[in-house]
Amino acid sequence: MANKNSNKSKIIYTLLAWTISGMIFFPILWTLITSFKTEAEAISASPSLFMFDWTLVNYSDVLNRSPYFDHFWNSVVISVGSSLLGLLIAIPAAWSMAFVQNKRTKNLLMWMLSTKMLPPVGVLIPIYLLFRDFSLLDTKLGLVIVMTLINLPIMVWMLYTYFKEIPHEILEASRMDGAGIVEEIFHVLLPIALPGIASTLLLNVILAWNEAFWTLILTAANAAPLTAFIASYSSPEGLFYAKLSAASAMAIVPILILGWFSQKQLVRGLSFGAVK
Amino acid sequence: MLKKLSILASVCMTLSTVVSAETITIATVNNGDMITMKELSSDFESKNPGINLKWVTLEENILRQRVTTDVATSGGQYDVMTIGTYEVPIWGKQGWLKELDNLGEDYDVEDLLPAIRSGLSVDDKLFAAPFYGESSMVMYRTDLMEKAGLSMPKKPTWEFIRKAAKAMTDKQGGVYGLCLRGKAGWGENIALITAMSNSFGARWFDENWKPQFNTKAWHDTLQYYVDVMQEFGPPGSSANGFNENLALFQTGKCGIWIDATVAGAFVTNETDSEVADKVGFALAPDMGLGKRGNWLWAWTLAIPSSSKKSDAAMKFISWATSKDYSALVADKKGWAKVPPGTRASLYNNPQYMSEAPFAQITLDSIQSADPKNPTVDPVPYVGVQFVAIPEFQGIGTAVGQQFTAALTGQMTVKQALASAQRLVERAMRKARYPK
Repeated sequence: MANKNSNKSKIIYTLLAWTISGMIFFPILWTLITSFKTEAEAISASPSLFMFDWTLVNYSDVLNRSPYFDHFWNSVVISVGSSLLGLLIAIPAAWSMAFVQNKRTKNLLMWMLSTKMLPPVGVLIPIYLLFRDFSLLDTKLGLVIVMTLINLPIMVWMLYTYFKEIPHEILEASRMDGAGIVEEIFHVLLPIALPGIASTLLLNVILAWNEAFWTLILTAANAAPLTAFIASYSSPEGLFYAKLSAASAMAIVPILILGWFSQKQLVRGLSFGAVK
Repeated sequence: MLKKLSILASVCMTLSTVVSAETITIATVNNGDMITMKELSSDFESKNPGINLKWVTLEENILRQRVTTDVATSGGQYDVMTIGTYEVPIWGKQGWLKELDNLGEDYDVEDLLPAIRSGLSVDDKLFAAPFYGESSMVMYRTDLMEKAGLSMPKKPTWEFIRKAAKAMTDKQGGVYGLCLRGKAGWGENIALITAMSNSFGARWFDENWKPQFNTKAWHDTLQYYVDVMQEFGPPGSSANGFNENLALFQTGKCGIWIDATVAGAFVTNETDSEVADKVGFALAPDMGLGKRGNWLWAWTLAIPSSSKKSDAAMKFISWATSKDYSALVADKKGWAKVPPGTRASLYNNPQYMSEAPFAQITLDSIQSADPKNPTVDPVPYVGVQFVAIPEFQGIGTAVGQQFTAALTGQMTVKQALASAQRLVERAMRKARYPK
């Protein structure tokens, strides 16, 4: 009887999971399908899911009109660069907060998180002026710095959570064996926390890849990533939904592929410490 | 030896050209005419070998946010900016734009349409050159009008529009008599309703900058708008802007659509429009008070004062807004694709007039709009469908949200206007008007 009930709930949960996944994925699927339609079919009052004349013309138009690969490269440099730089700062910070706590550690963590609550536009002018004065406007370096700073609280929090799960005794044992702080972090802590670090890195690559406020404001022609590439196909007067869909598909497919191949790491990292 | 020397000389010359080449960055929107400009810009580069162009194309609101930040902080990221008639008088007064005083001998500034030119000038100095201009007009389905046994006058009244919309509506057949903007925003429903209100005798402020939403004229305007949209408009019209209504009209779902004249080229384009051969045009409606419900807008090219390459930028603007550019577009794309609404000479061109069926209405609409005297009663501001003050983007959008709430039935017309009055009064007090 119990087995029957558990099978039933398994089927219900599976169905529920598929339904929710379908709802989440549907807009992406719709974007992908629209990218293969003509502009007239894209705005049709009775749109067809698959029965239309498939065309690649939107992709060729987008590739002819915009330097897609420049934008793509800028996105790679900004997202990967800021995530690596962030890790360099976040690992020692999270280590100290997890293993060398004092009475202000919790407050410090909360303060770091509170910076995420500030609407970005609130600091737009000071950041813009700083960028102007340091000649960082429209540079990849400037964007790497900004993305690092924006995502640092999340990185520190994630790593802190992972590190907290690691038994202190292991680190103490390494100290007893004569390891210094650097050895302790690099040879003991990092190998154990690798899944957590990998998921932190991947999540931040995704966050930086999708960031569309600072990347649009602080760039012009040289450092503009794929967010700017997509924004260039949105039009206030003119129907370019099919081209916009093609541009969106070209921007999201790389990160979808990355997410697909690394989903095991991501899930493992994100659920690390969730079940005791 | 001589051969080697000549090779060396030519290499040096090439290098010097490369070294001295200037790159100007142009910020623009993704509208059809701008895409054409970008496509044809190799013509400019070939005529000006020392100048390279870099393009930054963005969605209108993102572009506005970005160029405003840049020009206000003298960021210097852009050498040419695409801005609208709302920004030009404000930015020109602030000293954020360079005066366009060197557009070349054959530019012919006098050829620019007076209504457009006056909106781009501050103290008679031109701060931006119009790339394309637009007003608003009535677009209607000739077949449905005929079926309804009506004939659209060249200068319709709002009452005729109500009558025609009622006669054309066939909700079961998926045809809605009237499509108007419903999406909240100062450039969305507020553009339409403000222009509409001018013809109803309403105004945003009196001569002392006192908000006027508590007047009968405003009540009549909003009541008319809400009534016709609720009775004859498409479902979900509170989310419709230009593009959504364009899609509805092109797919045969709208009997009448009142919006930008630039739509004329889209709805008559046989590739995208299912009703291309069944479209008629008329002037925006009125109430017989001397003002029509049409707006005036132009996308213009301007040089921020922070640009260090203003000479090259001026050359580019001169090229992109010249008569020669119009001829180039006509040659490569056809006359119907020439950017409209900026030069009188274009409307004296018989070929253009014959190939663009919306040309005369566009010209008449633009010429009937007066940004310096937009309303029946006098006002202290410039602008037909907007008020050219920096606060307008904020208050315009906030008022637009109240009007959308009235459209969806969340508020009555009276409540929406009372709320608009309160919030505009508060904003104007805070901004210390009158100044």
